[in-house]
Amino acid sequence: MMTIALYIAILSFGVALLMNIWVVARAEGVGDRVLALDTMVINAIAMMILYGILHATPVYFEVSMLFAMVGFISTVAYCRFMLRGNIIE
Amino acid sequence: MSLALIAALPFLGALLPGIMIRAGRNTCALATGSVTALALIGLLLHAPAVLQGEVIQTQITWMPLLGLNANFFLDGLGLLFAGLILGIGLLIITYARFYLAKSDPMGQFYTYLLLFQGAMVGIVLSDNILLLLIFWELTSLSSFLLIGYWRHLPEGRQGARMALAVTGMGGLALIGGMLILGHIVGSYELTVILENRELIQQSDLYAPALLLILLGAFTKSAQFPFHFWLPHAMAAPTPVSAYLHSATMVKAGLFLMARLWPVLSGTDLWFWLVAGAGLITMVMGAVIALFKDDLKGLLAFSTVSHLGLITMLLGIGTDVAAVVAVFHIINHATFKAALFMTAGIIDHEAHTRDIKRLGGLRTLMPVTFVLATVASLSMAGIPPLNGFLSKEMMLEQAADVGFFFGLMVTIGAMFSVAYSLRYIVHVFLGPKRDDYPAKPHDPGFGMWVSPALLVVLVVLIGLFPNTIVGPLVATTGGAVIGSTDLPYYSLALWHGFNIALLMSVAAVALGYLVLRFHPLFEELWNDARRPEAKEIFDALIDLCARGADRVTNLLHDGAMTRYLAIFTASAVLFGFAAFMGGTHGSGTRETLPMSVVPIIGWLLIITATIVTLMVHRNRLLSLVMVAVIGLIISIGFAYLSAPDLALTQLSVEVVTVILLLLALHYLPKETPVESTPGRRIRDGAIAGFAGLGVTGLLYAIMTRDHDTISWFHLEQSYPGGGGTNVVNVILVDFRGFDTFGEIIVLGVAALGIYAIIDAALRGPASRRLANFKPDFRRAGDRHPMMMVVATRVILPVALTVGVFIFLRGHNEPGGGFIAGLVVSIALLMQYMASGFTWAQKRQRFDYHAIIAAGIIIAALTGVGSWFYDAPFLSSAFDYYTIPPLSEFELASAIAFDVGVFLTVVGSVMLALAELSRIGRHTSVSVNKDAMDIDPRADTPAAKVEGH
Repeated sequence: MMTIALYIAILSFGVALLMNIWVVARAEGVGDRVLALDTMVINAIAMMILYGILHATPVYFEVSMLFAMVGFISTVAYCRFMLRGNIIE
Repeated sequence: MSLALIAALPFLGALLPGIMIRAGRNTCALATGSVTALALIGLLLHAPAVLQGEVIQTQITWMPLLGLNANFFLDGLGLLFAGLILGIGLLIITYARFYLAKSDPMGQFYTYLLLFQGAMVGIVLSDNILLLLIFWELTSLSSFLLIGYWRHLPEGRQGARMALAVTGMGGLALIGGMLILGHIVGSYELTVILENRELIQQSDLYAPALLLILLGAFTKSAQFPFHFWLPHAMAAPTPVSAYLHSATMVKAGLFLMARLWPVLSGTDLWFWLVAGAGLITMVMGAVIALFKDDLKGLLAFSTVSHLGLITMLLGIGTDVAAVVAVFHIINHATFKAALFMTAGIIDHEAHTRDIKRLGGLRTLMPVTFVLATVASLSMAGIPPLNGFLSKEMMLEQAADVGFFFGLMVTIGAMFSVAYSLRYIVHVFLGPKRDDYPAKPHDPGFGMWVSPALLVVLVVLIGLFPNTIVGPLVATTGGAVIGSTDLPYYSLALWHGFNIALLMSVAAVALGYLVLRFHPLFEELWNDARRPEAKEIFDALIDLCARGADRVTNLLHDGAMTRYLAIFTASAVLFGFAAFMGGTHGSGTRETLPMSVVPIIGWLLIITATIVTLMVHRNRLLSLVMVAVIGLIISIGFAYLSAPDLALTQLSVEVVTVILLLLALHYLPKETPVESTPGRRIRDGAIAGFAGLGVTGLLYAIMTRDHDTISWFHLEQSYPGGGGTNVVNVILVDFRGFDTFGEIIVLGVAALGIYAIIDAALRGPASRRLANFKPDFRRAGDRHPMMMVVATRVILPVALTVGVFIFLRGHNEPGGGFIAGLVVSIALLMQYMASGFTWAQKRQRFDYHAIIAAGIIIAALTGVGSWFYDAPFLSSAFDYYTIPPLSEFELASAIAFDVGVFLTVVGSVMLALAELSRIGRHTSVSVNKDAMDIDPRADTPAAKVEGH
């Protein structure tokens, strides 16, 4: 039962990732694309955690923690670039 | 003294002069002299045994797999040459002390001289021919430094360059020849090669080997048609000329021919090449020498001529001729070194070397006159001096070959007499003049003692040849011909009335007549058209340089697209060629079934790549795409059970994005269209083929079973390196040396970025930056409070994670590199949130120092293993218990990892901080406070203008 649920969840996040890349490809302007990239990071984290549960290993958990910690930094940097031009003033 | 030590002494001693020069010029010369004297004493201690016929050997294994061993041996030939090099070296050091002016850097001179001396001694003592080649190249390099010593003179620089080009080219040929020789015999040891005459001469490779080796010897010994570099090398200070061109450098080629004489000589090819080149060189050098007005030019061409004479003797191929060659090497070294030194004295005292401006120096410089006269007469071959003895023997050998040889050498000898007498008559005799550039007088004792000692030898060898050099000639001759069974020869002044005496008398008489009518001949000579070697050489070099430029521009014209196109296209071509030559069956491995996750990943990366292609002219968008692709690759690594790589990839991705965004601020945001549609189609085709090729290759590899070293790493990771994280154990232990190199490269790259930006900010770029205007209107909040607070909260968490990842790295995913990146990112967030000025003020450690500390710690960890008799960077590990902690493992590799960690943090932060420093040079204002609106303050924070 659990396995089926996990597979469905993984598939859903996979589809979400594909939708994200669609936005990255087709969106107007940089802002939406950066937002889509940020969502991709989150979806990727989710997918890795699910995958870790599926295979009962803690390794993916740690990787996804680190993804969570540093993944948003690039988003911040893009945002600063769009708003201020210089990211370290 | 060990032979290796004798060869090494001058190299070790070369450090001395640079230090001792601070204690004065006398101390410096004394220190240099004592090094050479020590080596000479070490050599002479072996002399009695060698003269008894013993061969002394020293063997040190160096790189046995390459056949390269530091093996030395000393027989008669080595003893003679090493003795000449060190003995005359000692005299030259004395002479140079008084010759060099106060403005000449003497420490440098003696350092170069000792380096050269060491290289020469190395050549003559080497048993291993690969070792000999190394020393051979060293003589080319060190003589380049010596000849170009007066680097302010263009002639000096050009002469040095020419000498290096010609002898370097010969050295290259020699390497080929020696390798062929070693291949034929199957050993690179000279002692073995010398015993395989039959094998070598019957080999099909004998001719190419001989040609290449002779090319090396001829260029070094200035034999026709490579004689032209030697006169141009005369731009060097006279001590250099005296040393290089009498006893050492140019004799290296002769040494080589003499050394290999037993195995190479005796064939027709050897005779025609060696004796022919020698004969031409001898006659031509003598003729040109007569018409040189520059004293050193005259001596240079006379040296060329005498080298030709010795080469010819070696080329004749009979045992007696070889022994005569040895004898003449000794005699030539003595009188020619003395003559060069007297030429230097005249130049030093009269301030000119032009014979046309000299004359009548006999009474002004009586000591120099006596020395120069005796040495010149010996060079002319007048009894009872040593030059006469060897010249007589040479004439006899040449006459034995045939009438033509006899005639030619008599003509050569005639010109030799003429130029030798000219050195006396036109310089010292004649009326005293009153237009010398400086008033000539004899130099101090220190300057004439060296030539005087040599002149005494000239006379003594002439009078008592058997007593003084008889045993040496016998041993050396035996070593050259490779047998103790010496042919009959007699070292004596009087051999009775024979053909040689007749030729000798004719040469002297005609030589005198030629000098008598010198003005007449000179007019003829000056009117004659003749090729100018330097012009031909320069044109040739120019041609080569232009050709090289053309090829380089074809491949590397500075356009990245061209590099990539050429590189990729050739990779595809080579790959295709290899593919056509192999089998094309598919692999035997079972393929895995397709599952959902990889299909999604594949779709993601394909889409991302296509989108990148579509948006690549918008630089910010393409940067976003870089981040997308980086993310997908990280997921891929995680999926393929490589969490270390996933972590690294992600952190590197973040740092890269920040770095590029920093740079992009000052760059155009759009890439202009520069390529034509045709070119894009071409590039697309190349890229498509490359992609298909790589795909095919991967498919082929992954469907096959193959042996990899992964299994070794997996098995040995815990027992050998004490860690269960194989990736980390490979990084810090198995391939620790690579990592050590890489962190150095990383540190150097960061310093490079620092240097480039620092230099750019000082130059015109700084002025352009001052006028820099942002290309869009900026949003108002410079340091948003939300962001500042968030980054402050994250900082301790991120640092803890960094420490955690670092500590567990040896056994679980992590390690110094990832930890370094995580910590850098945590710090970078502070820079982004509160600005450069605020963050930099709180940065107490210089990033340069952090890089240095990292590399030093890593190096010390490596060195530490030496104390346990283990090779560099061996690691050890053990288990410890510190209450209340449970038992834990400590590997020495963790100290190395600290080094990696520090270097990564220092490098990343230095590069990014330096890039953001550019902003300080614009006219945009900066904020010293953490936030734009500080809730603690009553009034809004003051804004400070940037400089």
